[in-house]
Amino acid sequence: MEQQSIIVQSNELAAPIPDPDRPTPGDLNPELLGTSVWTDDAVARAQIPVFDVPLVTVGGCIGSFVLVDLLRICGVPTNQIRTLTNLDVPWQTYEYLTRVSQIPRTERLRSDATGMPDNIWGFPSYALREAAKEKTIAPLFNVLVEPIFTDYWTPRAGTAFEGMEKEARRIGFAETLAKGQVRLVRRRHGGGYYTILTPPPGATPTRRIAYRSRFVHIAVGYPGLRFLPDLQDYRQRYQDWTHVVNAYEPHEQVYEELKRRPCVVMVRGGGIVASRVLQRLMEDRWNHRAPTTVVHLFRTFISGTQDRGGPFWRRKGGNGWAYQGFNWPKGAWGGQLKESFEKLEGDERANLYKKLGGTHTPKRKLWQQQMARARAEGWYHTVHGTVEQVGRNEHRQVVSRIKLANGSMQDIVADFVIDATGLEGDLRDHRIMADLLDHSGAGRNPMGRLDVERTFEVRGTRCEPGGRIYASGSMTLGGYYAGVDSFLGLQYAALQIVDDLAAQGFCARLGMSRSMGQWWRWARNRPV
Amino acid sequence: MTPTFIGRIQTRLFLLLVIGLPWTIIATPLLPRHLGVGTLGGLYATTFTALILMGVLGVVIWEPLYHLGQQFRWEKDWPTLFGLITVIPEAILLWAVLPAYETSPASGWTFLFHIFSTWVLIWLFAIGPIKIFLVRYRFRGGRVL
Repeated sequence: MEQQSIIVQSNELAAPIPDPDRPTPGDLNPELLGTSVWTDDAVARAQIPVFDVPLVTVGGCIGSFVLVDLLRICGVPTNQIRTLTNLDVPWQTYEYLTRVSQIPRTERLRSDATGMPDNIWGFPSYALREAAKEKTIAPLFNVLVEPIFTDYWTPRAGTAFEGMEKEARRIGFAETLAKGQVRLVRRRHGGGYYTILTPPPGATPTRRIAYRSRFVHIAVGYPGLRFLPDLQDYRQRYQDWTHVVNAYEPHEQVYEELKRRPCVVMVRGGGIVASRVLQRLMEDRWNHRAPTTVVHLFRTFISGTQDRGGPFWRRKGGNGWAYQGFNWPKGAWGGQLKESFEKLEGDERANLYKKLGGTHTPKRKLWQQQMARARAEGWYHTVHGTVEQVGRNEHRQVVSRIKLANGSMQDIVADFVIDATGLEGDLRDHRIMADLLDHSGAGRNPMGRLDVERTFEVRGTRCEPGGRIYASGSMTLGGYYAGVDSFLGLQYAALQIVDDLAAQGFCARLGMSRSMGQWWRWARNRPV
Repeated sequence: MTPTFIGRIQTRLFLLLVIGLPWTIIATPLLPRHLGVGTLGGLYATTFTALILMGVLGVVIWEPLYHLGQQFRWEKDWPTLFGLITVIPEAILLWAVLPAYETSPASGWTFLFHIFSTWVLIWLFAIGPIKIFLVRYRFRGGRVL
């Protein structure tokens, strides 16, 4: 499993198949595993301890954090919420992914100044915060003139993490934590759901514990990140995990090796991660005299402004790249594009996703200058084509057989290949998701991800009376809101979910007076 | 900003009402009067007329134009800077139209100060603090209703 894909949410290994004749007390048994809707009796027979709580949020990443933050703001006490997670802090997975893909805390994210997991209002923005902290008006001037005269201003990774840490303390986030790995969520006879948690070994007398709740929120991040199939095939065939790496796995050893001897590196992908990797390669060459030659393979080569559907739909591009500030056009988060997505169903929605999608990277001045210099110095080459096969030569170098755009074949020899395509796994790669599809009535949206309503309720999973499952984050991409995989999108999802919960009487609605009062508490760092 | 067309209209009218109007009431007595002979009442008539015209011209001419311009932007957004500098063409048109409606003509400086200060206040409020009061504002394309 680990050889084929990087599972970001480190799923536990498959449990041993229970012996039907001798079921382990306190564990899942064949009766439970085989039943889609559980009775209280069946859970009692399995001797799994049951804890009652109105709402559980599964994942404990930033999606869970933003929802818990908003629930607390809407008056829900911490004892009404359980965050089921194997993470110590909500930004743990995110920080890991950003760090290995070359964004340490001091570097800037690709995120808007007002997408703030620690502040539902988005005011004062990260730009204001940085200006105040560092006593400079530069960030404010930047947001004033962006993107016309400058690049979009984006926050440092560290700013986002420190903000969440402070907000987590303010709302008592730690009080909601229950550590462990969630195994599955099943509907319950009589309404609501059972969520099965596997606590750390030794933490509880039984192998599993169950949370019985009316509401379940699922925010488990990426289902998984996948390798390109040809690279996956190479790694297995040659048992070589050092020369072919994914940008989302630790690969510092590649950069260290490059400083020692002249190497050829092939970078695959045309997105932000490729930009980051190239920046590292270029800076190592200039600052550490790494004698590296870079071959950059584009499957789609963008040579200029792209026409994606007439005069109103032109996206900038050049030198292979398509340029876009954030992972969707800005209007998808709260403007006319958001309204369009909301109205469309099925294929029509999928077509809008296609029109606005594709791989792209921000057009940052620094990167433009660096790339221009690298091209001029003659050690950065682009190739446009698709890989047919990846093998190895007698010098143990990686040979990629490429079908070029003009139809001819070419072998490219490289010492290292860095996969920066960021290919995401299928919904089924995540066990909780697979179980929801198989047992709880969940389905897929036009993009193949988890189908959610405009309220982010998982369509088809209701368990009356009163039971609702919600989901937010990357796994819901393809729904009525495109920007789900972003700080701002997680905030939007949380608002929609909490509005729906308020309509069912679970919490107060965040109206004008509560919003003002709670913002004032936030501003003075007072408890909710 | 990522406004929708309806959001633009609503934002303009709403902010003229909740920011522009109170500010005009406060600021008008402080404005220089025309050649020192105009009455305060006359000046109020002029500043209120300017405010109303800012709303009417905005709804009829400017917002449709801005929205058309926005269609040519891939991001379908309206950069913060545009929100600020569009006061220049708006003020020019307003200055040309105002004499037809005002009873007590104001001096150029009075007009400039009133229009620019009102605009900057509205703009500052819209890019930041409005979200404290209307937490969903930024997701609704500027709609307040």
